[in-house]
Amino acid sequence: MKPSKTWVIVVAVIVVLVGIRMTIGQGMARAYVERVDQSVEVKANDIHGASTEKWTEWHPVAPKKFEAAQKADPSQTKFAFSWANTIGLWLAAFFTLAIFSFLYRDNPGYRLAEAVIIGVSAAYWGVIGFWDTLVPKLFGALTPNLIHDQVLPSLPAPTTGQVVAMYFALALGLMLLMRLAPKGGWISLWPIAFIIGVTAGLKIVSHVESDLVAQSIATFKPLVQPIVSPESAQSGWMLWPTIWASLANILLVIGVLCCLTYFFFSVEHKGVAGRAARVGIMYLMITFGAAFGFTVMGRVALLAARIEFLFDDWLWLIDPAGKRIVEVASAIGSMLC
Amino acid sequence: MSKFITILEGLDRRWIFLAMAISVAGPILFIGITGKTLPETPTPTARAVYREIEALSPGTPVLISFDFDPASGGELTPMATSLVHQCAARGLRMVFIALWPLGPQLIDETIKRVILADYPNLKEGVDYVNLGFQSGNEAVMKVMLTDFAKAFPITKNGVAVGDVVALKGIERVDNFPLLITISAGYPGAKEWIQYVISSSGGKIKMVTGCTGVQTPGLYPYYPVQLSGLLGAIKGAAEYESLVNSSLAPKDTSAAVPAKYLEAQRRMGPQLGAHLLMIALIILGNISFFAQRNSKVRATS
Amino acid sequence: MKRLVPMWIAIIAGFVMLLSTFFPITESLGETVGEIFNVVAAIAFVLGAGSLAKVNLAKISRRDQGWGYAAITLICFAITLVVGLGKIGVPQSTQFPLLGWSGEKDAEGSIFGWIYEFALVPITSTMFALLAFYVASAAFRAFRAKNLEAILLLSTAFIVLLGRTFAGVVLTGWLPDWASGLRLENFSVYIMQVFNTAGNRAIIIGIALGVTATSLRILLGVDRSWMGSGD
Repeated sequence: MKPSKTWVIVVAVIVVLVGIRMTIGQGMARAYVERVDQSVEVKANDIHGASTEKWTEWHPVAPKKFEAAQKADPSQTKFAFSWANTIGLWLAAFFTLAIFSFLYRDNPGYRLAEAVIIGVSAAYWGVIGFWDTLVPKLFGALTPNLIHDQVLPSLPAPTTGQVVAMYFALALGLMLLMRLAPKGGWISLWPIAFIIGVTAGLKIVSHVESDLVAQSIATFKPLVQPIVSPESAQSGWMLWPTIWASLANILLVIGVLCCLTYFFFSVEHKGVAGRAARVGIMYLMITFGAAFGFTVMGRVALLAARIEFLFDDWLWLIDPAGKRIVEVASAIGSMLC
Repeated sequence: MSKFITILEGLDRRWIFLAMAISVAGPILFIGITGKTLPETPTPTARAVYREIEALSPGTPVLISFDFDPASGGELTPMATSLVHQCAARGLRMVFIALWPLGPQLIDETIKRVILADYPNLKEGVDYVNLGFQSGNEAVMKVMLTDFAKAFPITKNGVAVGDVVALKGIERVDNFPLLITISAGYPGAKEWIQYVISSSGGKIKMVTGCTGVQTPGLYPYYPVQLSGLLGAIKGAAEYESLVNSSLAPKDTSAAVPAKYLEAQRRMGPQLGAHLLMIALIILGNISFFAQRNSKVRATS
Repeated sequence: MKRLVPMWIAIIAGFVMLLSTFFPITESLGETVGEIFNVVAAIAFVLGAGSLAKVNLAKISRRDQGWGYAAITLICFAITLVVGLGKIGVPQSTQFPLLGWSGEKDAEGSIFGWIYEFALVPITSTMFALLAFYVASAAFRAFRAKNLEAILLLSTAFIVLLGRTFAGVVLTGWLPDWASGLRLENFSVYIMQVFNTAGNRAIIIGIALGVTATSLRILLGVDRSWMGSGD
């Protein structure tokens, strides 16, 4: 399928607009950093004497801080332009547009972004699993001295029970990794069995307690729900609120029973059961309609966040947080004048 | 009219995409330039979240679980900001955890955005602490029920939890009178209710801010098992307006910082997109019925 | 042996978790099993990463269609893994400045943190945002008021879509106080708290029954489908 003329024009217009945007006002998409000098007093212990450790960190900062500092003193070194973060910003914008380009049709830009995220996220999860769980829990129990001396000096010494448990965990983990080996993959069924068993054991109690019992109890509601005015408790029920609240309870109880009837397949849906099931379907349709409305709401919020990123952080078209000194609206206005 | 119907029938989906992009981008530009937001009237579920936090006395520990990742940040980051804002203003001891691997970074960002920027008097490790992520989903909750320190043995920056003042008196998860979860799916609000709230015998209350997809499924738990619920960006905007109005400085001329208006700003694009959705459904049905009528006429 | 041992592992692990809820004396045992589970879950992350590397390496070696993208995936995978595990660019920890490995892996200035901010965040969030467009397209093409059920679904969607924005206030804000329940913003709340709650509650109860039955079948060794065909 050849791209239609209209779409080529749309893309060309976007490129031209971005080009123009770069020449207006302060330009766009630049990142700045602030120098933070760290100094920490280290107390003496068995291994080393007392000392003061000093190093420098660079933290992201709003462009207006850099501009204000430059204006006050052009030779200042506290704030600086950040190549790494500026490149990152353009890369983030490229990835955003590359993913959006899939809306037109599949293309190399989209597939590149997709390939990147698959690799990055798999490694990311692996790294987090390693540093956050395996290091403090597994290695902290099995090689406590190494972890204590190199990574987590305040980690308490493990108990014998913890060490034994972690040997079990290590064994199960190694069995799980056997899935990657060309032979002996069957042994990975043991840790999977452990995972399945633990999950089943956990789910029985939680689902019965929270979803079966508690939800059933919550359905037993008074069918007449008197609402008394908080200001004048003596004056009796408030008519309309009482009607609305009672109606809500009645509709709720009927709804749950009818929906459950619809899910109950051991009885043929005829006669009373059929009519109840039909009402149940109506309730479920309303439920799905509500779910659709909320899903739309959720997705639009995510889209709005991405467009805000493009307009605010990348294009510098809007500045709701006041990160820059000159807003683009006034820049465009001054150009037109 | 028939020409209009023909256009509708053959409408390329990309025109719909363009209409959606414009309906969202237009209000963002308008609100971004004018700074105007739409008014919000908080619903009972949002009021309940505010009330539950406000009911705690200063110094009370609260467990705040970030069970989401940046993919849902558009909906949930504004909730996280406002929830931490209210907790910090109330002087609660905030213990942050994450059951999603990317949660800890989001915690750091929120701490930086709210606590470090506006509450510099609060001390890390004393008034708040980030315990990072632990894998295991429901099993982490199960361990927390009996021994909190075993589930989260160190803080995100490597300090053993035994040395953390903010965790003084916390042995089990039900030592927290309130659990706040910001949830995007599994594990999240539903699992907290199933594994912790139901097992705690009413010792611990829970409020949640969750995505639009999750919201309808959590309503049955409110108000018995779930004390408050912020559903989607609308819930975030309602709660944000509540917190902002309660924390507004005496000098009313001072503007609310933009970071505390994020959800309310996003209600503009919501309005545009919702109206477009309704228009699309109506147009789709006009096209469908016109097509059906012409078929009926042709066969008769 | 290949099927019997896993079955008994599942039964024992499951019953330990089950009993720890009912008998306080077994609480610590349940806690230990939970701890082991958490560590195995972390090792599963490593398995996932290894599996991805294996699949993509095979794709490249066979020169399958799109192997170039597999190579990009692998390169990104390797870079993220190396900078994350090696904590490259991570500044010293303020708590323990003398220990080289004590800094936070995603701290300001680290390459791992840079990858998070400029690759992971934009790509994942934009992918989720794409769905807004597809929902719109689907609404135009598939939402048809063909019968009563569909009309109910559509009407509810309309009420929720309008009631959850300022449009609801504009359209029905004029209604008197006694009929305030019919204002779109209130009516959408009513729908959520009554009709939606009833429907979802029935679904929750149904799922709970299903999960309980399936879990019991696993714990009693009746359901072994999770072991696969056994080949």
